[in-house]
Amino acid sequence: MPALLLLAIKVILTVTVVLLTVAYCVYAERKVIGHMQQRPGPQFVGWRGLLQSPADVLKLIIKEDIVPTKADKFIHFIAPVLCLVPAVLALAPIPFNKSGSLLIADINIGVLYILAVSELGIFGIILAGWGSNSKYSLMGAMRSAAQMVSYEVALGLSLVGVFMMSGSMSMVEISKAQSGSVWYILPQFLGFFVYCVAAVAETNRTPFDLPEAETELVAGFHVEYSGMKFAFFFLAEYTNMIVVSSIAATCFLGGASGWLLPPLVWYLIKVYAFLFIFFWLRATFPRYRYDQLMEIGWKFLIPLALANVVITALIKAYI
Amino acid sequence: MCPAKVMPEKRRVKIHMGPQHPSTHGVLHLVLTLHGERISKVECEVGFLHRGMEKIAENLQYQQFLPYPERLDYLSGLVHPMALCLTVEKMMDIEVPKRAAYIRVILAELSRIASHLLWLATHALDIGAMTVFMYAFREREAILNIFEMVTGGRMTFNYFRFGGCKQDVPAGFVERVNQFIYDFPSRMQDYETLLTNNRIWLLRTRDIGHLSAEDAINYGVTGSTLRGSGVDYDVRKEFPYSCYEEFDVEVPLSDRCDTYGRYLVRLEEMRQSLRIIKQACQNLPEGDIIADDPRVKLPKKEEAFNNMETMIRYCCSVMEGFSPPAGETYMSVEAPKGELGYYLVSDGSPKPYRLKIRVPSLLNLAPLDLMSRGHLIADIVAIIGTLDIVLGDVDK
Repeated sequence: MPALLLLAIKVILTVTVVLLTVAYCVYAERKVIGHMQQRPGPQFVGWRGLLQSPADVLKLIIKEDIVPTKADKFIHFIAPVLCLVPAVLALAPIPFNKSGSLLIADINIGVLYILAVSELGIFGIILAGWGSNSKYSLMGAMRSAAQMVSYEVALGLSLVGVFMMSGSMSMVEISKAQSGSVWYILPQFLGFFVYCVAAVAETNRTPFDLPEAETELVAGFHVEYSGMKFAFFFLAEYTNMIVVSSIAATCFLGGASGWLLPPLVWYLIKVYAFLFIFFWLRATFPRYRYDQLMEIGWKFLIPLALANVVITALIKAYI
Repeated sequence: MCPAKVMPEKRRVKIHMGPQHPSTHGVLHLVLTLHGERISKVECEVGFLHRGMEKIAENLQYQQFLPYPERLDYLSGLVHPMALCLTVEKMMDIEVPKRAAYIRVILAELSRIASHLLWLATHALDIGAMTVFMYAFREREAILNIFEMVTGGRMTFNYFRFGGCKQDVPAGFVERVNQFIYDFPSRMQDYETLLTNNRIWLLRTRDIGHLSAEDAINYGVTGSTLRGSGVDYDVRKEFPYSCYEEFDVEVPLSDRCDTYGRYLVRLEEMRQSLRIIKQACQNLPEGDIIADDPRVKLPKKEEAFNNMETMIRYCCSVMEGFSPPAGETYMSVEAPKGELGYYLVSDGSPKPYRLKIRVPSLLNLAPLDLMSRGHLIADIVAIIGTLDIVLGDVDK
């Protein structure tokens, strides 16, 4: 019983902390991009705008929930839930510190589990597009599906090299394997590069934010959503960003290992550094077109990831 | 781009883009016929912002109509009244003092830069680059501050008068403009760094929205869009007005005929405008600010308040206006969007008999269907952006 209680506490703690982080991720993004664009960002609600995120959340909660008359009510309702739940589920095997005491579940196929579960989120997007019964939403959903097909393969393949080197798929094992030797970002730089590009595409962020492309499809799949349902998509997007950043920190940047500072702090620094890159990209790049994006995925990233696998295998076998 | 395959009619999807859509630059309504995401037809519906400017002109005296044209192209509000003034001045054979003409040129070229900056900002934002948007607005702000200094307004100015300008430029104007001339080239470098050689920008603009020189001429396209197709036509060079012949300036051209070519042309045009402003500021002559012609020049206020006859003449000028001789005339200027023409028919009364405004945006919008066939939805926002339309101008 105490074990179950401990687990429950861990789950609640992790979810609360991550969702709070998400709220402040939005604030951080607005601040970072604001300063990159020579403007102050949010600054009126609270000290330096620190209460902007709670205010936004409050606004979204009390907003009217609008459902289009011709929408499929059930699908329209279930889609945001389907989007958020897998994103939160994917947090389970992420080791925030070295010993794994903050870990919810040490699954021996941890990374595979994360990839599998977070991909379920795509159903939420497709159903949102379908259930809204709007052409713009549907087009966003179709783009999302196309994007997933193109990038999921590359994302998975880019991590295969890491699995080969560490000999495990467990997040804890992978970070342990790196603590003795170099971080995998050095031997696996090709894999890291492919992973970064694919991760940005997976989370639908600029320059691959086609499913929501606000200047073409207005908001893509969530154009017909308001209030808390809209917030669910928003939360899912940022939670996904944290998840992919965590995988990057664990698989390529040595997990929680570091000098002087406690492991948890090191882990968070790595994750936030990765998140910062997401914000930076958004401030810098225009958006790809959707055929160009598929082209990059199939013609460039997947061959590169495969080459990385082959090279890693050859080195493992002969050296 | 390969053209869309011919598909049975029922497999095609019609989608309405606008009038409430962030990338149609106002209240433009497009009906897109799609096959998948590929566009097979674009129908353009305009007129949501129609205010009947030409008809309003027929019911107002000339000087009463003068504030209206700024509301057409509200992004470069100084150019429209300038064109109207030039038309009426041509009709009445009024010689504008050189100082007034130079001030007009400086303000018109600043307007051009401001308009091109807004084009760059929204064009980049449409394609997804949001930082350029903010940067461009920073520079536009500097220009608007100069406008505010001279005219008191930031969007609608009511500064030009028939025969010259309302008042002289304030002290410190030339210094402010010089400061802008000094700052601007390095700011333009920022945009170039973010866009010109950016791989994604190249992918999104090269070979998008092809418009051949022949098509451009046939559709009556003018301005940077025409020069982006390699046709050397600039009203400032071909039919110089307001002392433009005195400035040393080049007309940038591009043979690419695509969105990227037009992007390069407009960037270069901003530099050339800067050159004109620089020359005009250096050689800004002293003298009157409005032509010494009793038909258009109001007596000074202090004279009018102290002298009965002047008071009566002042009142008559305001109440009755002036009457150009009967006849018709056409005058065009190079507005930031293209050739802006005013065709004026006068029957000798103080009101125009007919005023036809040749707005550049409407004609530049015409080849939209031709340019976007076979492209994807993502491209149509780039093509609307590259045509540089403003809906106040399109709908009149």
